[in-house]
Amino acid sequence: MHSRKSILWMFLAAALLALPSSAMAQKVEGHVGKLNGHVDAGKQLYFRYCWGCHGFRGDGNGENAPYLNILPRNFVSATFKCRSTPTGTLPTDEDVFNAITRGFYTTYMPSWTALTHQQRADLVVFIKTLSTRWTKEKAGEPVKVPAEPALTTDGIKRGKELFAKLECWKCHGQEGRGDGPSAATLTDSNDQPIRPYNFAAGTRFKCGETNQDLYKIFMTGLDGTPMPSYGEQIKPEEAWDLVHYLRTLQVTHNSAELALWQGTKEGAEIVKAAKITGTPTGSGIKQ
Amino acid sequence: MLQEVLKLKKHRVAAAAFIAVYGWLFLSIAVPSASALPIPKGNVHAIPAFARKYGMPCSSCHEAWPKLSPFGQQFKDNGYQMGNEKDAPIYQNPSYWPVSFRITPHWHRESVDHADITNPLPTGATTEGRLTTHGFDVGGLDILTAGTLAKNISFLLVPAAENDGSFHFEAANVRFSNLLGSSWLNIKAGKFELDNIISEKRILGLSNNGGFYQMYHFQPVGEDTAMFTFGLGDNQFGAELSGHSKNDYTRFSAALLSSNDGTENLPNGHGYDTFVTLSQAFEAGSLGLQRVGAFAYVGRAPTYTVGGELGTDGLGQKSFYRAGFNGLWYIKKFDVMTQYLHGLDNALLGTATPSYNPLPAGAHSPTWNAGLIEPHYNLNPQFILIGRYELIRMSRQALDTNAGNLGDIDAGTVGFRYYPFISSRAGFAFHNEFSVVRQRGVSTSGRDLTSSSVFLGLDFIF
Repeated sequence: MHSRKSILWMFLAAALLALPSSAMAQKVEGHVGKLNGHVDAGKQLYFRYCWGCHGFRGDGNGENAPYLNILPRNFVSATFKCRSTPTGTLPTDEDVFNAITRGFYTTYMPSWTALTHQQRADLVVFIKTLSTRWTKEKAGEPVKVPAEPALTTDGIKRGKELFAKLECWKCHGQEGRGDGPSAATLTDSNDQPIRPYNFAAGTRFKCGETNQDLYKIFMTGLDGTPMPSYGEQIKPEEAWDLVHYLRTLQVTHNSAELALWQGTKEGAEIVKAAKITGTPTGSGIKQ
Repeated sequence: MLQEVLKLKKHRVAAAAFIAVYGWLFLSIAVPSASALPIPKGNVHAIPAFARKYGMPCSSCHEAWPKLSPFGQQFKDNGYQMGNEKDAPIYQNPSYWPVSFRITPHWHRESVDHADITNPLPTGATTEGRLTTHGFDVGGLDILTAGTLAKNISFLLVPAAENDGSFHFEAANVRFSNLLGSSWLNIKAGKFELDNIISEKRILGLSNNGGFYQMYHFQPVGEDTAMFTFGLGDNQFGAELSGHSKNDYTRFSAALLSSNDGTENLPNGHGYDTFVTLSQAFEAGSLGLQRVGAFAYVGRAPTYTVGGELGTDGLGQKSFYRAGFNGLWYIKKFDVMTQYLHGLDNALLGTATPSYNPLPAGAHSPTWNAGLIEPHYNLNPQFILIGRYELIRMSRQALDTNAGNLGDIDAGTVGFRYYPFISSRAGFAFHNEFSVVRQRGVSTSGRDLTSSSVFLGLDFIF
């Protein structure tokens, strides 16, 4: 009789413990285009592919986290770098889906295009069960990206002035090499040192590789990093000027912006000075 | 007294053997887990050095190691790179050394019906009978070293030792990836596995009978395998051009190979073979990623050799081919690998006739068809059930006098692997397997030869 009571209490306790997570799982939904994510399928995928870095609880404390110089995303705090939504808000399901699809340049988060679209959508909805933020808040309204204006030398020059005025150089350096005077002091939300993006070495950005992606990066900011949002400080046309100028800092990446800029006397001198040649190191970085 | 002691000792030894064998059985079955097969015919690839480099669990690249997942296949096709500008060795801790090893201590039982048994008595008469052996053993050792030398330059080097200690290079190659910035242009040279989507190097079988694909090594009865040995599952020497779409859904390869079946020092002389593959993956809703492919190997082999101490050359070269198509089908946790293969050997190869001699009367180029169906149920990353059935049917014998079904094969394997832990540092699996093969009419008296293997293994890799 006594043992029956004990078993009953154990069942009740287990049911109570399971309630919050199952209730959360029922509340959370995820939709990417026409795809509906499934929590159970996403959970199986997570515990096959993701837990090693992101941890069993999704808190970014996987068994490999101590060995990574950029810590894995903490899904419990639900702070995401790459969003189409304003700073401080939750990303859209598409944003999370795109991050899984794209991976994160210069980190150990790879691109997961080997997973089907449905599997990635399943992962999105499971990730949303790992934080209570998704049940309390809605995703932010995506920042509108206006049509890209025609590329002009004047636009690039205006972008260059903005780069100085907004003091981007303090972190990114005058040549965009990520070596500005503040660079060495920067830390992310995990109190880990973080280096500003090096335009001269990179061809891709953390949150994509198109001009639209670059536009969104400084209009939404990268939450959890020192990169703030400039959405309320600059106008859309100014943001596009900045995009065009930043492209010219990618001196190893062929782009229309770089070609136009090199066609001017001022641009040709700057780009020539920025290009450094030497013995290949095997890293793939060309300066 | 002495007899009493010996009797007691005998009982103790028997008891110890009983406990050891059945304790193992209990561990590997009731724990619950698996067994692995005896001596792998080829080296099997799963490389914890990659897991350690990228901090990912085995289950990322392997559905159940060594079987690759689509993500693992993409990583391999990318030249062992994730593509995040972190692949070059300069980004690793200087102490990182990309070396892994794998070996499988095991208990196995082998049985053959209608085997030749020579009577040890002075008569020396040979009769047919059942031959059964069993005991503890160890498989061959694989030392797997692989990684990137620089961005887009990768290597694979697999020194391997058989379980008798003999040593050879199972694989040794360098790959240049993403040439001209395109994933469609990759070149590899050295000794490497043929790029078929059903890989014998990642087979989920380890026993003497089930540790390889029958269809990859089949040669018709009557061929001189000392002169002409070929295995589609064998690593080959050559150069390979390959390419794939960014998401790896579409992939192709074309290889130019030395006609030596991966044997060093050009024992067959100067011939060249070619191997081409093409495969396409497609999404099927929530079922998973499906893939279909085709392959063809066209080769030449000598019918006789000339030379001596200074080397040999294979002459009278005649052609052979293996061609077929395959598929990887996923229904959530259940998946099936299917493959069809058609083979043809030139009549001179099929009858072991040097080309300077006339063909025997009634000689033909032997042809055959082979099929494979291999289902798996991947309950979770820690447990996989394995099944396999292969059949090979001769469609034309090399000689009219041969029975129509001479050499036909039916082979079946069942087993499971249990991985007690999943980690990014090392791998371990209990491997249990039973495999049986029947080949028609190949015993000395012309009866069917049936062999079976039971394998209980501790498969570990670090």
